[in-house]
Amino acid sequence: MKKFIFIIIFLILSSNGFSANEELKNKIYKNIRCIVCQGQSIYESNSDFAIDLKKLISKKLDNGENEKQIYEFLISRYGEWIVFNPGLNFNSLALWLLPLIIFMIGGFLIFRLNNRKKK
Amino acid sequence: MKNKYKIIILGITIVIIFILFLRVLNSNKTYQPNQMIGKKIPEFILEDLFNKNTKLDSNILSGKDFAILNIWASWCIPCRIEHPFLMDLKDKNQINIIGLNYKDESGNAKNFLKKYRNPYSLIGIDKKGEVAIQLGAYGVPETYVLKRGKIIFKHIGPLNEDAVNKILELKK
Repeated sequence: MKKFIFIIIFLILSSNGFSANEELKNKIYKNIRCIVCQGQSIYESNSDFAIDLKKLISKKLDNGENEKQIYEFLISRYGEWIVFNPGLNFNSLALWLLPLIIFMIGGFLIFRLNNRKKK
Repeated sequence: MKNKYKIIILGITIVIIFILFLRVLNSNKTYQPNQMIGKKIPEFILEDLFNKNTKLDSNILSGKDFAILNIWASWCIPCRIEHPFLMDLKDKNQINIIGLNYKDESGNAKNFLKKYRNPYSLIGIDKKGEVAIQLGAYGVPETYVLKRGKIIFKHIGPLNEDAVNKILELKK
């Protein structure tokens, strides 16, 4: 009976670990652009290129590399464009800051209008 | 007067936003072929197509003054189109060409070279396409020009006259 319980606990724990690893893999696959496809991630694509990248990412994860290291490797080979969610750099600065600037200008204008009305 | 300043500031803001958007619109949204330019060739060791005891080691490429690394496969139709250019580079210009046989059957690759002649001094077998990814390639054919192990030029797709002229210029 003890053995049976031990086996069940072992299976539950190992399946949890397995699904966590699969989740991470899928997360990375969804953030990598299939550069030979149109607007698809490698998760959605079954092209040769996507399959090769998926195998390589899986291998790198099994070898203990983390998500960041994998992105860095792919960006060094294929450029920032390979990731759907690029980091903050000079080219993407406008993309990150513009909504914030517009929001602040809007807030300032509303604040001023409000003040004028009070006066 | 105050309104005049407001209009000028609004105008400048609109122009800045317009320039920023134009910059993003004009930026390269496709694959960046220059990513590996100026970088050292990644390390790899591959088995040679004709001799199992010979290895294609990236260090061999690092030791060469000028070499071409060409990714090809027997199933790749554009590779047949570029093949005469590779033969010319080898025969007429004595350029050292190293092949990377990409996801191919060895028998088919050998037959291909028998039929069209062999321009390569060494051919590494990249059965899984992993070395091609290390090189930042995404298909065949692709050609890399190496100077003392550093990638100085890359051509995507079959070689043509322009690409060959560029390679010869780089060799000078």
